[in-house]
Amino acid sequence: MFAYVTKRLIAMPFLLLGVITVAFLLTHFTAADPLTSIIGERQMNNPEVVEAARQRWGLDRSLPEQYLVYLGNLVTGDFGTSFRTRQPVAQDLILRLPATLELVIAAMMLGTLFGITLGVLAARFRGGVIDNLARLFALIGASAPVFWSGLLVLFVFSVQLGWLPGPGRIDARAVAPPFVTGFFTIDTLLAGDWTGFRSVLLHLLLPASVLGWTVTGIVSRMVRASMLDVLSQEYILAARAKGASPVRVLLHHALRNAMLPTLTIIGFSFAYLITGAVLTETIFAWPGIGSYAVSAARGLDHPAIVGVTIIGGAAFLIANLLTDIAYAVVDPRVKLGAKAGA
Amino acid sequence: MSAPLLAIRDLTVSFATRRGGHAFQAVSGVDLTVQSGEVHGVVGESGSGKSVTMLAVMQLLSQSATIAGSIMLDGQELTALSDRQMRKIRGARIGYIFQDPMTALNPLLTVGEQIAEAVRIHRGDVGHKHAVARAIDLLRLVAIPNPEKRANQYPHEFSGGMRQRAVIAMAMANEPDLLIADEPTTALDVTIQAQIMELLDQLRREKNIGIVLVTHDLGVVAGVAKSLSIMYAGRVVERGLVDDVFAAPHHPYTKGLLESLPQMDERVERLSAIAGAPPPISARPSGCPFHPRCPYVIERCRSERPVLRPVGPIDVACHRAEIVAADKGTLQDA
Ligand SMILES: Nc1ncnc2c1ncn2[C@@H]1O[C@H](COP(=O)(O)OP(=O)(O)O)[C@@H](O)[C@H]1O
Ligand SMILES: [Mg+2]
Repeated sequence: MFAYVTKRLIAMPFLLLGVITVAFLLTHFTAADPLTSIIGERQMNNPEVVEAARQRWGLDRSLPEQYLVYLGNLVTGDFGTSFRTRQPVAQDLILRLPATLELVIAAMMLGTLFGITLGVLAARFRGGVIDNLARLFALIGASAPVFWSGLLVLFVFSVQLGWLPGPGRIDARAVAPPFVTGFFTIDTLLAGDWTGFRSVLLHLLLPASVLGWTVTGIVSRMVRASMLDVLSQEYILAARAKGASPVRVLLHHALRNAMLPTLTIIGFSFAYLITGAVLTETIFAWPGIGSYAVSAARGLDHPAIVGVTIIGGAAFLIANLLTDIAYAVVDPRVKLGAKAGA
Repeated sequence: MSAPLLAIRDLTVSFATRRGGHAFQAVSGVDLTVQSGEVHGVVGESGSGKSVTMLAVMQLLSQSATIAGSIMLDGQELTALSDRQMRKIRGARIGYIFQDPMTALNPLLTVGEQIAEAVRIHRGDVGHKHAVARAIDLLRLVAIPNPEKRANQYPHEFSGGMRQRAVIAMAMANEPDLLIADEPTTALDVTIQAQIMELLDQLRREKNIGIVLVTHDLGVVAGVAKSLSIMYAGRVVERGLVDDVFAAPHHPYTKGLLESLPQMDERVERLSAIAGAPPPISARPSGCPFHPRCPYVIERCRSERPVLRPVGPIDVACHRAEIVAADKGTLQDA
């Protein structure tokens, strides 16, 4: 297990390098000229301004040179400077990543909790009312666009009922907690600001639910399908033949086994949401990576695009590693280094 | 004689079809009696309703099954029990051994945990530590070497024979009165088969339990069972003491099964002496269900289903039992 994790950790930088290279090449082979967005259309006719900008952003050098310079900078934590915000990309990311992580982690917690519960109930009462309701709920969650469900819950719970606050991470009149981790939940606690903490939690609830709903949709279907598969296995009959109660059979014997294929889906969802929470972040005015990525793409902001891509790639790699570790913890058949046997 | 340990009377199990139309009978009017301290063999080709009968005893059939008839365990009617009451019987008074030890153990739990679970389900007063200690004792009982270490291992670390021993240990966890072994050796090598049968017989002797030994192989029954029932197409067609049936089978089907057994001087198993295949559950023939495959068939067999009747020491469902019993030739010659 330890050797396995070490091996995977050693492979990480190489995989990341692949991600970086692809991201770098892709942005440089897109036809549009980033200079336009740096100096504006009108200045493009001014050769002096153009040349100065080229030099300043290193665009005058050959592609391999640019790549090497970029890699060298990355190693020292320098992701370059955003064309758009004129801030170091690393700093932009550090400010925005915790916001996204906080939202995505909350969404994953809600989404998997509901997803597993619904999936188990749907499998247990297959073909019944609960199964059909769960199917409908999952279908809406997985297929309804977030701008629709997001606006819907905002309208109902914030505007109409007034139970929950509107967009933003914390009450507009409150001061954001001093930056320690960037997670407002943690930072308000560290500052001993209970009112702030409460406000942060309430602000988190709607966007996390909207995002979590999509996760619930996917996870509940996966859990249901693998529960049905597991419930037809002979060891389930054997557990019942021991005199185990239905609840025990369902949770102790079936769910554990059904979680194996589900772990992969959960890991994938997590990685996807890091950069895929764009719409939710936009609707809920959430200053995260997703909205940053959209602005970067719109502005042809190369350093920012590559930076976001690296974060997204790293998220996938880390989620993958965590999934594999979770797999190895749950399934004794997974041996050091490789997934063995059936 | 006191009340038998297990008495199945006129058991019929039907499965509703998907479209909710016709229900097919997998088991029809089965009678079966098992005494304490003896092994009763239930023999028949695949699909003859052996497993369905045994799962009916455990009340573990799927929702689509309808059970009629009576199943008495030590004088207690099981078919009248609620699921909650039945759970107190499963694993406590009846132990069940499955055909394939590769699939009958949960891959994510250690063997020790699974045996300890069987103990703790029925003995809420036994703590985790004691249950694990008991699991180790049980592994020792079924002659698994190094039981302390084995208890902490997962099923995939066990060989097939060792897994089946573990399954038997699990079935024995609460010292049941009755063991149902549904083809316990079918999935195992021949040498391992003999060891497992020896183990079951030893448990019977030491604990005086009754054992139902389900198999499609008459040879397995020969060594250990005292009495047997032959099943065909969901019915018992012949039953009696093993010695009597082996000496003179009264049903052509039994005769064919016996002739299919490898003889002492033969290394390879002989081809089945019975031509054809058993009828599917959805197309059971009229009259005697065996008549399409039977060399002794007469007109009466096609129209009138024979009922079990005593012929000498044996109960048999065949119009021509006397002729079959007296025939010294083989089935193919008949
Ligand atoms: N759940 C079920 N639904 C419908 N038919 C079933 C079911 N279980 C068993 N059967 C049918 O009942 C018949 C007897 O099966 P079984 O008792 O498993 O035979 P065997 O003697 O090989 O153990 C078979 O034809 C099988 O297809
Ligand atoms: Mg069977």
